Amino acid sequence: MTDTTAITRLTAAETAEKIASGALTAVEVTEAHLARIEAVDEKVHAFLHVDREGALAQARAVDAKRAAGEELGPLAGVPLALKDIFTTEGVPTTVGSKILEGWLPPYDATVTKRLKAAGIVILGKTNMDEFAMGSSTENSAYGPTGNPWDLTRIPGGSGGGSSAAIASFQAPLAIGTDTGGSIRQPAAVTGTVGVKPTYGGVSRYGMVAFSSSLDQGGPCARTVLDAALLHEAMAGHDPLDSTSVDAPVPPVVEAARAGSVAGMRVGVVKQFRGEGYQAGVVQRFDEAVAVLKELGAEVVEVDCPSFDLALSAYYLIAPSECSSNLARFDAMRYGLRVGDDGSHSAEDVTALSREAGFGDEVKRRIMLGTYALSSGYYDAYYGSAQKVRTLIKRDFESAFERVDVLVSPTTPTTAFPIGERADDPMAMYLADLCTIPANLAGNAAMSLPCGLAPEDGLPVGLQIIAPAMKDERLYQVGAAVEAAFVEKWGHHLIEEAPSL
Amino acid sequence: MTVIDLVSYEDALATYDPVMGLEVHVELGTKTKMFCGCSTELGAPANSQTCPTCLGLPGALPVVNAVGVESAVRIGLALNCEIAEWCRFARKNYFYPDMPKNFQTSQYDEPIAYNGHLDVQLADGEVFRVEIERAHMEEDTGKSTHIGGATGRIHGASHSLLDYNRAGIPLIEIVTKPIEGAGERAPEVARAYVAELRELIKALGVSDARMEMGQMRCDVNLSLRPKGREKFGTRSETKNVNSLRSVERAARFEIQRHAAVLSSGGTILQETRHFHEEDGSTTSGRIKEEAEDYRYFPEPDLVPVAPPREWVEEIRGSLPELPRLRRNRLREEWDVSEHDMQSILNAGAIDPIVATIDAGAPADQARKWWMGELARNANETGRALDELPITPAQVARVAELVAAGDLNDKLARQVIDGVLAGEGDPDTVVDKRGLKVVSDDGALGAAVDEAIAGNAGVVEKIKGGKVAAVGALVGAVMKATRGQADAARARELILEKLGVEG
Repeated sequence: MTDTTAITRLTAAETAEKIASGALTAVEVTEAHLARIEAVDEKVHAFLHVDREGALAQARAVDAKRAAGEELGPLAGVPLALKDIFTTEGVPTTVGSKILEGWLPPYDATVTKRLKAAGIVILGKTNMDEFAMGSSTENSAYGPTGNPWDLTRIPGGSGGGSSAAIASFQAPLAIGTDTGGSIRQPAAVTGTVGVKPTYGGVSRYGMVAFSSSLDQGGPCARTVLDAALLHEAMAGHDPLDSTSVDAPVPPVVEAARAGSVAGMRVGVVKQFRGEGYQAGVVQRFDEAVAVLKELGAEVVEVDCPSFDLALSAYYLIAPSECSSNLARFDAMRYGLRVGDDGSHSAEDVTALSREAGFGDEVKRRIMLGTYALSSGYYDAYYGSAQKVRTLIKRDFESAFERVDVLVSPTTPTTAFPIGERADDPMAMYLADLCTIPANLAGNAAMSLPCGLAPEDGLPVGLQIIAPAMKDERLYQVGAAVEAAFVEKWGHHLIEEAPSL
Repeated sequence: MTVIDLVSYEDALATYDPVMGLEVHVELGTKTKMFCGCSTELGAPANSQTCPTCLGLPGALPVVNAVGVESAVRIGLALNCEIAEWCRFARKNYFYPDMPKNFQTSQYDEPIAYNGHLDVQLADGEVFRVEIERAHMEEDTGKSTHIGGATGRIHGASHSLLDYNRAGIPLIEIVTKPIEGAGERAPEVARAYVAELRELIKALGVSDARMEMGQMRCDVNLSLRPKGREKFGTRSETKNVNSLRSVERAARFEIQRHAAVLSSGGTILQETRHFHEEDGSTTSGRIKEEAEDYRYFPEPDLVPVAPPREWVEEIRGSLPELPRLRRNRLREEWDVSEHDMQSILNAGAIDPIVATIDAGAPADQARKWWMGELARNANETGRALDELPITPAQVARVAELVAAGDLNDKLARQVIDGVLAGEGDPDTVVDKRGLKVVSDDGALGAAVDEAIAGNAGVVEKIKGGKVAAVGALVGAVMKATRGQADAARARELILEKLGVEG
């Protein structure tokens, strides 16, 4: 096979299979994707850094292993786009921020290590909202990313670079991180699949922290099976992350291959519809629910009253933790250093560097969090938010006594135009309305495509939420829904995306 | 330097009642840091014992050192504290360049140990109970060295050097409840508390607790209130008082300073103060107009610590005898005064003496050598007793040779000098130096005859009844034998030869 376009349109599972069988070499696959990046990324701007040499070296290593008759992992030789929030030894890691411009980490994140060990080829680092704070990737210090479905629109955020990379066939796989929806919302608006594993399912070691108790790395792909394969490769206990769950990875690949909802109980979250929800989003969501019923699921409505408080609680907890996590960027040991001209004190240099290095949204959240943690306000803000978090967990617990999974639209609207909400933080925050509860409770959740909204022809995402450490249910349900839609449409939704 | 008015200590105590609070930081002797695997060895080149976690690199995460937790539990139990069934770490947020994350991972409202006490014994034997508020786990900061300033402080410095080797070394902070009712003995109580705590920490084996190495650091909070009043006065916080003597002096100085301010109608500022070893004074540091807001919140990167009850009880069962009780037991066994026991404690001689007795020496001999010759040598060479190159077993052997009459005291001292000089064990030194006591009559006889022949005047006196003058002849014999003669036997021989009754 020499048609590079055809190579880039393969799924990860297909690509791995062809490399394993010798139909393709890992180097061919990598070169095809590097060529695709060369061809389209000027328009999309999914990547902040392309590691051509590192990628080809890894591809050659996979080919050499195969030539030597060694066994290859299930994703060996498959290219991947890594969100620029994971440290990569000797390869720039900016977290979308000026404050880390030019920083070369001296160590690999656990996820990076696992990808490398699995023979996965890391093409480069993808664009993101600065420190993962945002829902549009417009907060990147390095400029916005375009949505491959319509380059004038946002690709979601914070992981817009990762979702855009796979939606524009620059990579079959990507890694994102999801603090309040940063994997799922970009997946929804780009017609791709994104999974936030159970909190603690994927190591956070080497993943630059935004909000430690909410951050979770996860897979992005164009199919449910591909996501499952990547999930399995990146997940599992890590002694370097104290919050990592010491238990076997849920059987996600098996579930994605089985893909059945017959006899399952599915709950529709009552809170996630109504005012603010785009008509086409609601329509496609309702159709997805109808599909679930046709496939044999028992569908009931589930009331989760505390979910109405989730957004408020989130915007106290996440900024509070971020105000502390980002304190280390003080220009003393790494990163941007401003004012070091002999006329300023260390304190001044720290202040000037942070002033110059952080963007507005980051500063806004640092200030919010600093305030919320102040003595005298702690109980009213951070303390109350933690109580809400407990209530949300209880809502989930009682829901999961009745149903196996919950479903909702992933995001209230389709992709909005770049610039539309840039000056309206509240409107921007609403993009994560449906995704935040799963972060607060630590559950597993997935977004997968359920069609295009009739009014704008843009992708709509279906969110599936499963109890903690029951991640396999996402794949079981997701694969069944995906198969039904593929049968209905005759192809994956992503095939309808413009070829750029 | 600003002149600080003081009133005499006696006058201060006539009017005011001191209240103290002592905060002691102990660096644990774990092999690795509190939240990463870096070595805690002292003296390594700057920044050579660091990793992404203790440098606070983006993405790095902490993992709790289990030995650190166990040490904290041991300390808590030895201080008669309750041990939390469930507690969390918290972040203490403030910016300082030697703190890599710009927050210190500490504990806030959920300390691992709380509500305890430590009984301390003053020099005259009086026991004073110091109530313990809490003991909690935290990490040390790195070390800043300010270059170019006059005093080594940041003020006036041209630049600073940062060494993160210390960043992340486990600390236990032990905080007392307000110490009331000590009156004029408050400085003495402060010193005795820190001394007792140091002994306890050492006995538990969790740290060497060497104050001169910064392994144990003390902050002295002190306030005065007019006698008879309940309400506490405003306190000052004297930071980093790092010797027992300094603790006592700092408390004493602050009592006198506070009294001067209050008596002249002034108010005490709530502030931190620096202690000066040279003259025992304190000077103003940072004024705490508002309580500093550290924005504590539970550390989300760590899971709660929940020491299982059986494990806690297991540790309780393995605690050594408390130092004060052990001292009292030994004092009775050895039959020494409170004062002497205090000297033995101060010299760091308790453990060597016990070990020497265990090796077979009589208690008085063991005490005599460690508190005499060896203490002198340690003092002269600036070493601690347990750093001297002689073992308790060797000291016991010297005592045995003396008891057997093979050595006299003078020779024994030479043997000890030889061992300290690296010449080998006591028997080797005796052989090499030929230091055996000469007691056989043949060898002594010649020396005795010589002494009698050469001191006719003395011989006359002795014969004339002044038997005490025999000392001069014995001295001559000792001189002739270079100290190796058995003095008692020489005396007997001389008197025998002169036909005089001893």
